[in-house]
Order: sequence, then structure tokens, then C-alpha cells
Amino acid sequence: MMPPEDPTQERWPDEPPRPAWHEPAPPPVPPLLDDPSGPMVRPYVMTSGRLEPARGKFDLITLVVAAIPEPDGQLGLGPEHLAILRLTQQVMSVAELTGHLDLPIATVRVMLGDLLDQGLISMQEPEPEADMHDIRLYKAVIDGLRAL
Amino acid sequence: MVSGLSSRGADGRRLPTAVKIVIAGGFGVGKTTMVGTVSETRPLRTEEVLTDESVGVDDVSGVERKKTTTVAMDFGRITMRDEYVLYLFGTPGQERFWFMWDEVALGALGAVVLADTRRLADCFPSVDYFERRGTPFIVAVNCFEGEQAFDLAEIQTALNLGPNVPVMLCDARSLESCKKVLIDLILHAMKVRGLAPEPQQA
Ligand SMILES: Nc1nc2c(ncn2[C@@H]2O[C@H](COP(=O)(O)OP(=O)(O)OP(=O)(O)O)[C@@H](O)[C@H]2O)c(=O)[nH]1
Ligand SMILES: [Mg+2]
Repeated sequence: MMPPEDPTQERWPDEPPRPAWHEPAPPPVPPLLDDPSGPMVRPYVMTSGRLEPARGKFDLITLVVAAIPEPDGQLGLGPEHLAILRLTQQVMSVAELTGHLDLPIATVRVMLGDLLDQGLISMQEPEPEADMHDIRLYKAVIDGLRAL
Repeated sequence: MVSGLSSRGADGRRLPTAVKIVIAGGFGVGKTTMVGTVSETRPLRTEEVLTDESVGVDDVSGVERKKTTTVAMDFGRITMRDEYVLYLFGTPGQERFWFMWDEVALGALGAVVLADTRRLADCFPSVDYFERRGTPFIVAVNCFEGEQAFDLAEIQTALNLGPNVPVMLCDARSLESCKKVLIDLILHAMKVRGLAPEPQQA
């Protein structure tokens, strides 16, 4: 499997187009996985070995937004939890968070559960499969695709 | 809101609704290319680390000894009006990672199965999967061999597709072509779900 290739990179501006609900881009997240023991171990340390989030389902497209402004202090949180609070100053899906943080999905889910538990983030779960009969949704998607 | 949890951010604005489309197909058929062609942002990659046991990693000490595999999915985003945001996920090429497919197919608007005429059989597992799951899908034949006129009816027969599954040609590198594939998928998904297609503009 090839990563998205370099020659295509000019296609996307450094600042992606910001939809109305976006805040200014958050500052870049410092690299997290600089530990010499490597990325295989650290994710489980960050989550103390937990596999399931304390709260919330966190589908790949669940949208997450910080419920508080970017914290100055630590709030007793680890660097990864703080990184999530920084990134979610603008609305972001769980999948995008895992991409930006370069962490496995399961790890990010557990950390999101912690933050939700403490009231530090809000989330919007996607429509359940049974609810996909709203014609406005389809029309909006078709219009959005046509406008590309 | 099904979960009953707050869906407002710090400033009290309502969050948009996220929807997704799956881009599936065999190895090297152009899934990542299609995601990149339509994404408004640089495509990202989400990873799941698997161990031999796949679950039950409850202490750190044994982690290094376990064989791990990384399953990656590429995805992109398109922001829609009316506060919708569309995500496109390219499935992991290897079929053994079905659990990732389940995760990404659940709640998807529909799926595009990419096919390569030189290796048509490679898309059988994807076709089977979405048929079994009842996910609306269309087959898009990626024209690696140039603009040859493939007989779409022949492909439809070769893939043993029902007459109601649309089959079309595409070029995953072309925005116009990808747009057409995705719009046709949405129209097909509406039909499958019993929704009237949008009225034609005269
Ligand atoms: N000629 C031609 N080449 C294409 C087309 N689409 C993709 N390619 C090329 O085919 C190669 C594989 O494309 P990818 O998008 O990486 O395929 P993939 O399905 O993501 O591959 P895996 O993730 O490895 O299964 C790349 O070199 C693309 O540039 C197409 O429509 N026509
Ligand atoms: Mg790929």
C-alpha cells in the first residue's frame, strides 16, 4: 500500500478551504511518537491498556469539537489528550484526528472517551443506518459534488 | 441526536452531520487515487494496529513479542452546504481485514467498487461483500488501458451483477470522472432506498 504520493501534493493548498463552521487552523501538533521504544508500545501506555472508551461509541466519522477554549495549563492531562483538545478547536472527525495524531484508532477512541467523560469535548454521532432516508441529505451531497 | 449527548461546540453552534462513501476494489485498482482526486484536503490515513490475537492486549510487557500488522485506510473530505460533510474512505486492499470493512461500511451512503478490466475477478470479494450487506453500490471500471470501449454489458455479466447495479467507466485521476461516479452512486442509493430522484432541471 502506497501513501498518498508526493507529486499530487501541490493540489491541496497548505491552508485547506475552511467551511463556515471552521475556526482558524490549530497550531501544528508536536510529534508524539518520538519514544525509542516505538509506536507499538506507547499507544497502550497512553490508554493504560484500555481497549474501550469509557463513554461514547466514536465511529470513524463521529464529529468532535472541544467544549472549552484551548487550555493554557495541563488540566492534569497528558500531551496526547491536550493535542486532541488543540485539534478539536475546529470540528474534526475521529478519522481525521487519528490521521493528524498518527495514532491507532482504538487509542484515539479511548482518549476521546476520557475527554468526553470530563466534559471537555462534545460530539455528534453520524446518522444511524436506519435514518438514511432523509432526501435533503442526498440532495445536499449531490449539490456538493456538482460544485467540486 | 440518538446518543442524547451534546452536539454543540464551545460557542454553542450546531455541529454538521457527517456522511461517508466507501471506495473499494482489489489491490492497486485506484482507490487511493480516487480519494485524492475528490478530496478538498490532503488525504489522511487512519491506522489500526492488529496483534495476532487482535484483541486482549491488556499488559504492555507482551506487546513486543506479538506479531503486529497495520491496516491503513486513506480518506478524504468534501464539505457540503447545509452543514453536511462527506468523507470518502478507501478500504484496505487485503480482504482479510473484514472487520475494518464492517466499521467503514456501517452507515455508509453507498460504495464504489473499482474494477480493472485486466483483473476483473479482483473485485468479486468487494461485490459479494456489499451485496451481502445490502449497501447500495455501483461498479466503476477504471480505464487503465486508455479510452477503449469496453462492453459494459459484458462486464455486468462477467461480474454476475443484477441488472439494477450500475456499471460505468471511470478514470480515477480525473475529477470530472470521479464526480460523475459519485453522483451516479448517490442517485442509485436513493433509488435503492426508495427515495424519488431529484426533479430534472428543465
Ligand atoms: N492509467 C491509469 N492509472 C491509474 C488510474 N487510477 C490509478 N492509477 C495508477 O495506478 C496505481 C495504483 O493506484 P492506487 O490509487 O494507489 O490504487 P489503490 O487501489 O489505492 O492500491 P492499494 O491501496 O495498494 O490496493 C497508481 O500508480 C495510480 O497512479 C487510472 O484511472 N488510469
Ligand atoms: Mg491505496
